[in-house]
Amino acid sequence: MYELIAQYPLFAALFALVGLGLIFGALLGYAAVRFKTEGNPIVDQINEILPQTQCGQCGHPGCRPYAEAIADGEAINRCPPGGQAGVQALADLLDVEAIPLDEEHGEESVTQVAYIREDECIGCTKCIQACPVDAILGAAKHMHTVIASECTGCDLCVEPCPVDCIDMISEEESLQTWSWQLPDPVSREVDIIATDASATEEAA
Amino acid sequence: MLADYSILLIGAILVNNFVLVQFLGLCPFMGVSNKLETAMGMSMATTFVLTLASACSNLTYHFLLQPLGLGYLKTISFILVIAVVVQFTEMVVRKSSPLLHRVLGVYLPLITTNCAVLGVALLNINKEHNFMQSLFYGFGAAVGFSLVLVLFAAMRERLAVADVPSPFQGAAIGMITAGLMSLAFMGFAGLV
Repeated sequence: MYELIAQYPLFAALFALVGLGLIFGALLGYAAVRFKTEGNPIVDQINEILPQTQCGQCGHPGCRPYAEAIADGEAINRCPPGGQAGVQALADLLDVEAIPLDEEHGEESVTQVAYIREDECIGCTKCIQACPVDAILGAAKHMHTVIASECTGCDLCVEPCPVDCIDMISEEESLQTWSWQLPDPVSREVDIIATDASATEEAA
Repeated sequence: MLADYSILLIGAILVNNFVLVQFLGLCPFMGVSNKLETAMGMSMATTFVLTLASACSNLTYHFLLQPLGLGYLKTISFILVIAVVVQFTEMVVRKSSPLLHRVLGVYLPLITTNCAVLGVALLNINKEHNFMQSLFYGFGAAVGFSLVLVLFAAMRERLAVADVPSPFQGAAIGMITAGLMSLAFMGFAGLV
C-alpha cells in the first residue's frame, strides 16, 4: 500500500481527497441527524406572538397559517386583534421595521367578548359552528352561552345568528386592560411647540 | 510569547487589514453593509467561521497534505474544509438559535465564497504559521473584517439619509467611502 502511494503520487492525491471528502461527508451526515430541526422554529415564535383569536381577518384560516405566511415574507401588519403592539413585537422578533396596522384587514379595537342574550336564543347552533375556538356551549334546540374566558372577541359568531341575539361587549376595565386616555392630536387648539406653530403658519 | 501573538493580532486587524489593505472579502464588505444589524450578524458569523476554518485547514495541511507530499492540493482541500465548516455552522445555528439563523439567513452560505477565508488559510501556510499562530491570525483577520464592516455599515446608514449629489448616490458613494477608509487604514502601515 505504502509503496503504491510512494510510486504513484496520483494515488496519494486521490486517497487524500477521497478520504477527506468521506470524513467530512460523514461529519455532515451526523450533524444533519444530530441537529435536525422539527419544522420551522421561527414559525412557532411568530405564532406565540399572534393573539390566537383564529379570526381570519388577516386572510388566512387561522393564526398558525398566518405565522407561516409571515415566515415566508408576508407583511406583519395584518392582524387587527394583535394591534399595533403585536406588530411591534413581530418587528422586534423578525428584525424589520414596524409598520402601521393595515386598515384593509380591520381596525384595532378594545378587547371584547361575545354575549348571548339567552332568552332570545332559539338554539340553532349556527354560532357554535362559526366559533373558531369552541367558546360557545349549547346544543340544538337548547339555549347557547359563551364561555367568557375562552372567547377571543373575534365577532365571527355575530354574523350567522338568525335572531341577532349576540352582542359584543367590551371587557370590564381592569389593571391589565387600563390605558392612558391620550389627547386627540387633531383637536388640539394650542400648538405647544414653537416649530409646530411656524410650520402651520407657513402651510397656511 | 504574548508579545508575538499580540503583534500577530494587531498586524492582522489593523496593519494588514484583510478588507481595506489586502482587498480580500470585498463582496460581503459592499453587499452586507447596508444595515448595521445585518453587518453585525455577518461579522459574528464570519468571525466564527474564519477562526475555525483557519485552524482546521492548518490541521489538514500539516497532518494530511504535508506528510503525503500533496502541498499542491492545498487550495482545493481548503475550499472543501471551509465549505464543511460553513455548512456545519449553519446546522448548529439553525438548531440552537432560529433568530440568529434568520438574521444571518443567506449570508452564512455566502461566507463559503468569501475570499478572505480562503486567503487567511493560504497565507497561514505561506507564512509557515503553527497551529496557535494560525488560530490567532484567523481570529485577527476576522476581527479586522468585523471592525471595518461595522464601521462601514454605520457610515452607510448615515449616507442613506445624507444629501448626496445625484450622480454619486447609492453604490458610488459607497465605493468612494470605502476608498477613503482604505486610505485611512494605510496609515497604520509601520505600526508593527
